[in-house]
Amino acid sequence: MLTRFLLLGLDKKAGVLLAVLALLAVAVPVMALGTAPDSAWHLSTHTVALLGKYLCFALLALALDLVWGYVGILSLGHAAFFTLGGYAMGMYLMRQIGPRGVYGNPILPDFMVFLNWKELPWYWHGFDQFWFAAIMVVLVPGALAFAFGWFAFRSRVTGVYLSIITQALTFALMLAFFRNDMGFGGNNGLTDFKEILGFDIQAASTRVGLFVATVVALAIGYVLASSIVASKLGKVLVAVRDAESRVRFLGYETERYKLFAWTLSACMAGVAGALYVPQVGIINPSEFSPASSIEAVIWVAVGGRGTLAGAILGAVLVNFGKSYFTAALPELWLFALGGLFVLVTLFLPKGILGLAAQLRQRLPSRGAVAAKPADQKGV
Amino acid sequence: MSAEDTLLYLDGVSVSFDGFRALNSLSLLIEPGEMRAIIGPNGAGKTTMMDVITGKTRPDTGTILFEGKTDLTAMREAGIANLGIGRKFQRPTVFENHTVWDNLELALKAPRRPLKTLTYAVSRDDRVRIEEILDITRLSPKRERQAGSLSHGEKQWLEIGMLLAQDPKLLLVDEPVAGMTDAETEQTARLLKDIAGKHSVIVVEHDMVFVRELGVKVTVLHEGSVLAEGSLDAVSANQQVIDVYLGR
Repeated sequence: MLTRFLLLGLDKKAGVLLAVLALLAVAVPVMALGTAPDSAWHLSTHTVALLGKYLCFALLALALDLVWGYVGILSLGHAAFFTLGGYAMGMYLMRQIGPRGVYGNPILPDFMVFLNWKELPWYWHGFDQFWFAAIMVVLVPGALAFAFGWFAFRSRVTGVYLSIITQALTFALMLAFFRNDMGFGGNNGLTDFKEILGFDIQAASTRVGLFVATVVALAIGYVLASSIVASKLGKVLVAVRDAESRVRFLGYETERYKLFAWTLSACMAGVAGALYVPQVGIINPSEFSPASSIEAVIWVAVGGRGTLAGAILGAVLVNFGKSYFTAALPELWLFALGGLFVLVTLFLPKGILGLAAQLRQRLPSRGAVAAKPADQKGV
Repeated sequence: MSAEDTLLYLDGVSVSFDGFRALNSLSLLIEPGEMRAIIGPNGAGKTTMMDVITGKTRPDTGTILFEGKTDLTAMREAGIANLGIGRKFQRPTVFENHTVWDNLELALKAPRRPLKTLTYAVSRDDRVRIEEILDITRLSPKRERQAGSLSHGEKQWLEIGMLLAQDPKLLLVDEPVAGMTDAETEQTARLLKDIAGKHSVIVVEHDMVFVRELGVKVTVLHEGSVLAEGSLDAVSANQQVIDVYLGR
């Protein structure tokens, strides 16, 4: 049954995408570890981490596209789930530092010693174990999304109002995490990581390992999302997006469907955040900022809402542009991003993949018209 | 007749919107297998009546019983639909981004919980049933078309087809022939009469020619309550009904 379900998602588009990801999973490690540092083919550790970061964002965009593109829930707070997953991973990495911190305390992270805390807060227990942290990476964003969605969807909050509440959610979390007494490192967040699963987090081989893990996570996320949207459940989701009350009169409890997609999407975002943190080496409350969530929406819009692969493409392209712009013309980046959003909304309402699909439709139809005149004579 | 013998039982149902009484102590009985036409001038409460039956609007007072026992006033839309009450809207509402086939597949009687739909595969019986409905509604050649690209009349039929797929005990049909050509109207009347054999149907309609073609008991609504009930000829001869329609 599971195989049949997963096979649903394996169409031609999935084939192309998985092939590209497989290529990355082989090429990047070879180029980073198997070439001499002065070779033209060499990838520096910095580049590997950068690529890994793009793919984490791609997973976040994929999660967002599942709810925005297919259920019509425009979340302006998806970075909240991403960041919570990141914090869960960050807490594990902090506990791994052990006595190697500046203050040399074997149990307490540096910032707690600095704040003069005597013992570990209860919610930090268990995070010295990787398996525990890994569960929390999925569970915490998932539980928050479930509770949030339960109330919002049952009260039938939709459209702009729902978007505004999601924005408020991430803003509230940002303010809370900025506070030192929350016990998450306040302003500075969590950083100075040393090891992950016993491997040196700075080592080139570890970075490559993290990159490959991200590729795998993205591939799994894509197949899962793609299978879901191809199943009957996916058809119900699209129906909810287009005519929710009609779906109710068919006997579907639309709240449950929205809750399912919403919670799953938050879990995926959490995984993305967890993979992001060891690759960039820091997590702090600014990741919760409303702007991060809005940027994710732009990635999806640029790539093509409701296409899944488009979300991945959009996230990678926009972030590549961001890296380039912020290095070359730092003061222009925000204008470029804003302009991009306006241009896409005006001229590419279905994003890059939508444009590609349009072009493809136009070409064969020309051929079809050319072949048809014989039929049309009689009309 | 007691409430137990009815399929649908409305007693003293009232609904107000901002002081406007859309339904005023409305009482109505529908027997199992019955087909009933509901007519009435604009604002008579026809659509509001459908809204309270299907759970879209909660009545302020009154009783609504399905099959003489289930109280519909406490239930939500999806629960009521699963009891076996289907609804066709005035404006045809189909899922425009889905194919005709998928629209029927979504409506087809099957488990409605998310995890059941996740692993759902079209069984042979389901396929046969959908083919049947495609034939009845004459949409067979357009099964792979996006529902959004259908003509107005075809959308109306697709929606009726979706009701058939749902296989409800009671169908509420709101103005099924609005905007249809005469030929389409005639075909729709035939379609509804076929359905009426196996299901109870309530049809709300303005088109008197169509109501005459149906040839069933008629209920006239006026200002949220029943003004007259009987054959179309009988109610057309009723002086009160004539006054209401002529606006006296």
